[in-house]
Amino acid sequence: MLSTRLASLRRMQFLRSWEAILFVLFLITLFYNSARAPAYLTVENQINVFYLYAEKIIVALIMTFIIINGEIDLSVSSVMGLAAGILGRMIELGYPGELALAAALITGLLCGLWNGLWIAYGRLSSLIVTLAGMIMFRGLVWVLVEDRSITTFPDWINNMGQRPILGPFPLSLLIFFFLLVIAYIVLQHSAFGRYVYVIGNNREVARFSGVKVEAVKLVLFIASGLISALAGVLYTARLGAMRASTAEGFELEIITMVLLGGVNIFGGSGTLLGVLLSILLILNLRNGMSLSNITLQQQTGVIGALLIFSVLVPNLANRVRAELNRRRFARLAAERAALAERKEVKAETK
Amino acid sequence: MKFITRILRPEQVRELVTLFLIVIIVLGFGTLLKDYYTGRTFVRVSTSIAIIAVVAMAQTLVAITRNIDLSLGAIVGFCAFFLGVQLSYHHEIGPVPAALIAIAVGTAMGMINGLIIAYGRVPAIITTIGTMAIYRTAIVLYSAPEGGIVSAHRLPMWARQFASWSIFKVGDLDFRVMVGIAIAVVILIQLMLTYLPYGRRLYAIGSNPEAARIAGFPAQRIVFIAYLIGGALAGLGGYLFLLQYGNLMVLAGVGLEFDAVAAAVVGGVNIFGGTGTAIGAFLGATLIGTLDYSLRRWPAISEFWRNAILGLLILLAVATDSAIMARLRSIWARAAAARTAEMAEAKARSMPQA
Repeated sequence: MLSTRLASLRRMQFLRSWEAILFVLFLITLFYNSARAPAYLTVENQINVFYLYAEKIIVALIMTFIIINGEIDLSVSSVMGLAAGILGRMIELGYPGELALAAALITGLLCGLWNGLWIAYGRLSSLIVTLAGMIMFRGLVWVLVEDRSITTFPDWINNMGQRPILGPFPLSLLIFFFLLVIAYIVLQHSAFGRYVYVIGNNREVARFSGVKVEAVKLVLFIASGLISALAGVLYTARLGAMRASTAEGFELEIITMVLLGGVNIFGGSGTLLGVLLSILLILNLRNGMSLSNITLQQQTGVIGALLIFSVLVPNLANRVRAELNRRRFARLAAERAALAERKEVKAETK
Repeated sequence: MKFITRILRPEQVRELVTLFLIVIIVLGFGTLLKDYYTGRTFVRVSTSIAIIAVVAMAQTLVAITRNIDLSLGAIVGFCAFFLGVQLSYHHEIGPVPAALIAIAVGTAMGMINGLIIAYGRVPAIITTIGTMAIYRTAIVLYSAPEGGIVSAHRLPMWARQFASWSIFKVGDLDFRVMVGIAIAVVILIQLMLTYLPYGRRLYAIGSNPEAARIAGFPAQRIVFIAYLIGGALAGLGGYLFLLQYGNLMVLAGVGLEFDAVAAAVVGGVNIFGGTGTAIGAFLGATLIGTLDYSLRRWPAISEFWRNAILGLLILLAVATDSAIMARLRSIWARAAAARTAEMAEAKARSMPQA
């Protein structure tokens, strides 16, 4: 009896959680889209919806870790660009593609190391370090490729981004699913994941409980650099071309995906499930808007508004609830006081 | 040392260091480049700093309260567009009413940010990422009937010539009106931060929000007003932007918010609130502007190195800041303690023995 009541209570809590709201919104967009375009719910189309945003959602996974850890990485899009630049420039100079690919990934790793060292051991704010990184790495891309565009990629690199390699799935989506599973296990079922949360909640407390705060932060930023570089390579392979402005401005949408998923910007809380639902919602929303001929820029505006409302509405609701509670208590207190007074009057007349 | 601690504050030492760096850059490039010390260099550098400096003031105000505004570039862009479209249809609008229009639009946009951040209690970074997207969309929608552009030849005559108006000339040095406006804004904001109770409260909220709340400061209203003033400054920035460039595309002002953060941070404004001065942010903007122009002129390296070096500069500025400022402050605190002890001793000695 009690256990079933507890279970139902827990269900209720899930219904009131942010994940549930995202899920309902996702279902609404899904039904709306499939009602408008009958072909929407086919496997090919769904894969296509994901395919166009594959690189952003890959980076969103590591960004989730970093924001839960109480930091931010604004440099991801520039690292994507720099990795693409290294890949393109080396291929242009006649190096074999495999070598260029490895160099691109190592570059990303080094960028992450650079950011991570300043943040973890220099104890500087990640907002500034990665802002500087964003400007600096983008500058290096300009130095590398100047204002040309590079399109001379070998076939296998183009195929890597543009052909399905396993069943209907292109490589970028397979990598996304693989990383999603890894990220879920690491974040929600490993000691490292717990450290990420603990540090995000309170760096000092984490240090006193023996967590190696600096090491965890360094690992996160190195991983962020490496994964961003991987995403940059995949993006280049998908487009079959790169310019110095490749992936510029992507950081904002990536961060939006994470924050809309209910991850606290100040660190310490958030789930991968929430981020996954927010990714699903954003992709469906964008696709639905595209079906209605709403331009990309307007879609971005809508998602910006959604981001603000996702924090504003619960805040306001909490405040209204607190005000209602206060009034109820005031009323109760007044009733009690009136009751006590009546008793007193009765006692006096006796 | 004693003398220095008496006449300067640590922040002023920081500003002197920035000034020193600017002088070094100017002297260094002066020997490297031919024709560097000319009026042309001064005009180029000073006008390019003007817009950044005004926007950096907005960023400084909100950064002091431990907030950030990533929508500033979009506000500047929208105000420039709005004014540009209005001026292409209404040639009768003069320079001053035009400035007021841009400032009013900017204030309205800052008000939206401020309402959501201060009263809706949404973190500033989330709010301004969101409003940045919204304001950019607003630019696209608003300029769509114009084909997404404002072109200089449709603006009234005064608007086309504004950028070359000068206040005074000393030989080759041409001191432009735009630069005068920017410097006036910097001085006003600095005076406000130093002498007005409102300005001091910004620091109080930024350095310890909890203490400020307990002390009874209307923190929400103070932050709200900071965004309001920030929006107004961004509006003024939009005015200068339109008059400087004349031709606008929908990407106008993209990245300006990051330039403003960079200028403020290089000038010693702490992104985590509580410290920073308007003069410092202005010097930061000057340092970046000078370096930027000089690097472009330097044939030894490609002009594309500009951003790579700028990023490194920001990082080094913050790193040295965090390493040195804490030490400077402790030296100053010790000196102040020594002074009070000395004074107490002198007082005790001068008192008649009982």
